[in-house]
Amino acid sequence: MTEEKNRHIAFICSKGNLDMVYPALIMGWAALGNGIDVTIFFTFWGMDMINKDRVDHLEIPPVANSSMKMNMMGIPGYIGIPQWMGMLPGMTPFATALMKSKMKGLGVPTVREYLGMLSDAGAKMYGCKMSVDMFGLTQADFLPCVEKIVTAGDFMDMTEGAQIVFI
Amino acid sequence: MTASVLSAIKFDAEGFMVDPSQWSPESAVEIARLEGIETLTDAHWHIINFCRKAGEQTGKSPTLRQITDGAGVSTKDLFALFPKGPAKKVAKISGLGKPEGCV
Repeated sequence: MTEEKNRHIAFICSKGNLDMVYPALIMGWAALGNGIDVTIFFTFWGMDMINKDRVDHLEIPPVANSSMKMNMMGIPGYIGIPQWMGMLPGMTPFATALMKSKMKGLGVPTVREYLGMLSDAGAKMYGCKMSVDMFGLTQADFLPCVEKIVTAGDFMDMTEGAQIVFI
Repeated sequence: MTASVLSAIKFDAEGFMVDPSQWSPESAVEIARLEGIETLTDAHWHIINFCRKAGEQTGKSPTLRQITDGAGVSTKDLFALFPKGPAKKVAKISGLGKPEGCV
């Protein structure tokens, strides 16, 4: 019997906006379902995903997002949401609620639940040492799915031979 | 060891059963063996039976999340019962097509 090295994908999550936290969760889950090893490294704003106090409050702001068109609010055509409109109080919660309800309609789990699923399915998750120090966080601030806090060098060691996706 | 039960069954290039009605419990045992699962326990059958029922109702393979929700199985148990890629393994053993959903 030849012992083949299993395919391994590592995601680096650096963003905390609601639309940017899902790619790693969805692809990571698909990878695990197909028998691929998964490692996720959370750095900078990506740590919001694993921050116990923040994970349920991720948002998507319409400002500076040219893909957010007026037709998402029921106005026909392809005019972008005017920037000044995106700045109005309530627009970010509105866009966030819209996205959350769409995801819920598709049966997509919340970020917190997704992380639990990934962890149960065997994904390894780590916080970034430098970001943790910079934001004054500790392991206690993170969800239990986070195994430990590691340095960039540790991450390189852990992901030798892996395919790496930076988000 | 012969896999004679399987010789009459048509599979696609990826190893999914083309016609779910060709499935039988005996074929599940043989496919499971080819997928590296030596013995199908009651816990395996609970999931396979759920998938068969879901397949009959929808014509599709249930996704992993539909399995955990619908069959009342934890993610941990599902991955332990069908190690190294339950998404395809469960569908193959249940004689269904490739799962289409993302979650």
